[in-house]
Amino acid sequence: MAAKALKANRLSDGEAVWLSRTGIWETRVTLARVEEDADGIAALEDAARTATADCIVVDAELIDMEIRDGAPVPSKLKERIRALGPTVRLDLGKQAEPESRLGKVA
Amino acid sequence: MALIKDGKQVSDQWLTADADTPVQPDIPTIVPFARFIAERDSLLRSQAEIGVKLSPGDDVAALAGDLDRLKVIAVDFPAFTDGRAYSYARLLRQRYGYRGEIRATGNVLRDQYLFMLRAGIDAFEVTDKTQISSWIDALEEFSHYYQKASDAAQPVWAKRHTTVAAAE
Amino acid sequence: MYRYDEFDATLVRERVSQFRGQVARRVAGELTEDEFKPLRLMNGLYLQIHAYMLRVAIPYGTFDARQMRKLAHIARVYDKGYGHFTTRQNIQFNWIKLDETPDILDELADVEMHAIQTSGNCIRNTTADPYAGAAVDEVEDPRAWAEIIRQWSSFHPEFSFLPRKFKIAVTGATHDRAAVRVHDIGLIAKKNEAGEIGFEVMVGGGQGRTPMIAKTIRDFVPRDHLLSYLEAVLRVYNMLGRRDNKYKARIKILVHEVGVEEIRSLVEAEWEAMQKETSVDLPTAERDRIASYFSAPAFEVLADTDRGFEARRFEDRDFAAWVRSNVKPHRQTGYAIVDISLKPTGGIPGDITADQMDTVADIADAFAVGSEIRATYQQNLVLPHVKLSDLPAVYDRLKAAELATGNIGLAGDIIACPGLDYCNLANARSIPIAQRISERFADLNRQFDIGPLEIKISGCINACGHHHVGHIGILGVDRKGEEHYQLTLGGRADEAAAIGRITGPGFSYDGIIDAVETVVETYLAIRANPEERFIDTLDRVGQDPFKERLYGAKAA
Ligand code: SF4
Repeated sequence: MAAKALKANRLSDGEAVWLSRTGIWETRVTLARVEEDADGIAALEDAARTATADCIVVDAELIDMEIRDGAPVPSKLKERIRALGPTVRLDLGKQAEPESRLGKVA
Repeated sequence: MALIKDGKQVSDQWLTADADTPVQPDIPTIVPFARFIAERDSLLRSQAEIGVKLSPGDDVAALAGDLDRLKVIAVDFPAFTDGRAYSYARLLRQRYGYRGEIRATGNVLRDQYLFMLRAGIDAFEVTDKTQISSWIDALEEFSHYYQKASDAAQPVWAKRHTTVAAAE
Repeated sequence: MYRYDEFDATLVRERVSQFRGQVARRVAGELTEDEFKPLRLMNGLYLQIHAYMLRVAIPYGTFDARQMRKLAHIARVYDKGYGHFTTRQNIQFNWIKLDETPDILDELADVEMHAIQTSGNCIRNTTADPYAGAAVDEVEDPRAWAEIIRQWSSFHPEFSFLPRKFKIAVTGATHDRAAVRVHDIGLIAKKNEAGEIGFEVMVGGGQGRTPMIAKTIRDFVPRDHLLSYLEAVLRVYNMLGRRDNKYKARIKILVHEVGVEEIRSLVEAEWEAMQKETSVDLPTAERDRIASYFSAPAFEVLADTDRGFEARRFEDRDFAAWVRSNVKPHRQTGYAIVDISLKPTGGIPGDITADQMDTVADIADAFAVGSEIRATYQQNLVLPHVKLSDLPAVYDRLKAAELATGNIGLAGDIIACPGLDYCNLANARSIPIAQRISERFADLNRQFDIGPLEIKISGCINACGHHHVGHIGILGVDRKGEEHYQLTLGGRADEAAAIGRITGPGFSYDGIIDAVETVVETYLAIRANPEERFIDTLDRVGQDPFKERLYGAKAA
């Protein structure tokens, strides 16, 4: 089974967030809780339902993940752009924050 | 289900029938459009008061000749985003001169309340958890309207020139 | 330009309060996202990849310096210091917070602006000729009619939950600068034999998954019956438009499936019945009141040329080149229309920083009659009324702000939607494609040699980047997780509107840039003479010579 993480946008400000291992919605994909088996993925789906119903996040969705250089990275370009920021404005988005630990997109 | 009319919750005398619920003489009954068309003569002959429920896609013009016999026409919103019933309500009021109750049923929410009222809908079947007070608030949200619709409100373009005339 | 009276001001303010309440109820959990989404969309608020995006209306593309300064302020305070002009004469802010949106809308209301109906399945911002009131070929100023349509369509009780979005465009000139033939309704103002003004009404144009050119359903609707005619079209569409499939819900599909003759007779019957039962059309006094805001400004009486301007043109090649591409003749002697390109070489089409917005506002205040500014669907700006004698100063100030790229209508003037860098619906990126094509053709002399060329790029089939109607159109698709680009040739959005045709197999992210250059080189090699435009050569020879060069002899 492909590795999955749970992405969403925060309701109040739209910021892209990922569910972390501690159950907190983190703003960096590197902290995402990655699950590979059916139980783990079901737990992510549960968390998506709860956080949506509690009006914490919107558009919660499972995304495909892979491990690159020991760190979890979204498989799809769109999700990598979400995790970093626009590829045409490297000064904006999460990639512009000093603690960003993801490699370059695309 | 609760029924809102004239800004108040009122009791609902009407039974909503489906395709084959028997119509009882002393119970006012709303039947689906297709059934009304199929059983028109016997329904109108019966002792019961009859209403018709229009679903999106039904041909509102087919009711035109019987409107004086119908006390209620329900216009259904299977989803609030399906806006066909707004046109049906306007046609009933403005083209066919219908004076009875037009009742919104289905996915009826306060954020569309004003639009519905302006289209000519005057009764609203809502879920029991609806806060009637919040519906009343919705009425206060706008004090002017740009266009003429089925309600009595004077559009902005008329107000503008009466204001000017009055000021002169 | 139009100014709000107490009624307009009150309505816009009340919409802000209403939306403030809706946001509060959403955050408190009283509204689900399914219930809230159509409400926020009807106020221009999307949720995109990185944040919320707010689309602010520039009604029919007309605004002024004061409003531009407010947009700059919003960009600085609530966003990340820039905005993006779109292909629908709107501006988008990309990094918006839901809980700040009501405050932004209040700020906009301070300068008579709003985000009302910039999205949702309702009647959207009306597109109009950005040269309105200034163009040499104008029969009737479309702005008064666009404003009349704006008011009629705002919070329309019957047409706020249509099968799908609905876009109206209006022009009053012989040359179509508003792309009316690819709108749900296209209106062309004209005079009949008696000299009365009316509108040709075209219906069912559009882009997206199934691009279509609009068809005329009535040659002449007297102007004072325009609104009732529109109401009749909208009612027919609201009742009969498909709601079972989002991709078949636009009026173009209804026109296509039912046939234009049938639509015409339905609309005519509806129109006739409607005129007896209600007053949709405006009384003359109200029409005249709105039109009075658009009467010609007090132009000075000037000579048809200016010595300082001519001298500068003679001495300064860059200035002369800028004038050649970015300055257009004005109906008033001694004035000109100035196009401001938002397409610097290698830049992001339509993006403008807050500081640049302020600069444009300052220039408009100093040199543009009425401080007026226009936004174009090509994602550029226009100063509609500038004195010839002021052109050197305008140019110098634009140049200092990096806003004097002289490429209007040329290869560098590329339309591109936000694409996968911002947009939740995208399949591929658009902006970097535009940037690299623009860099490939960076040499302005080469662009002049190539001549008029419209390159248009969309990041998905929704076609916000108008690729179907580009001379060269590029559509981003997702091919097994890779960005891939289809190439179309021969589209146009003007009075000879046409949908471009796909050349053949698509190209990779890198390959598409070479493919565009191959197309251009082929044109240069086979054009009959330097005056024959790209689109004319293509008309004359067809796609085969281009395909041959793109794919080898076999493919053609
Ligand atoms: S064309 Fe597609 S990718 Fe581009 S802005 Fe529109 S929806 Fe987004």
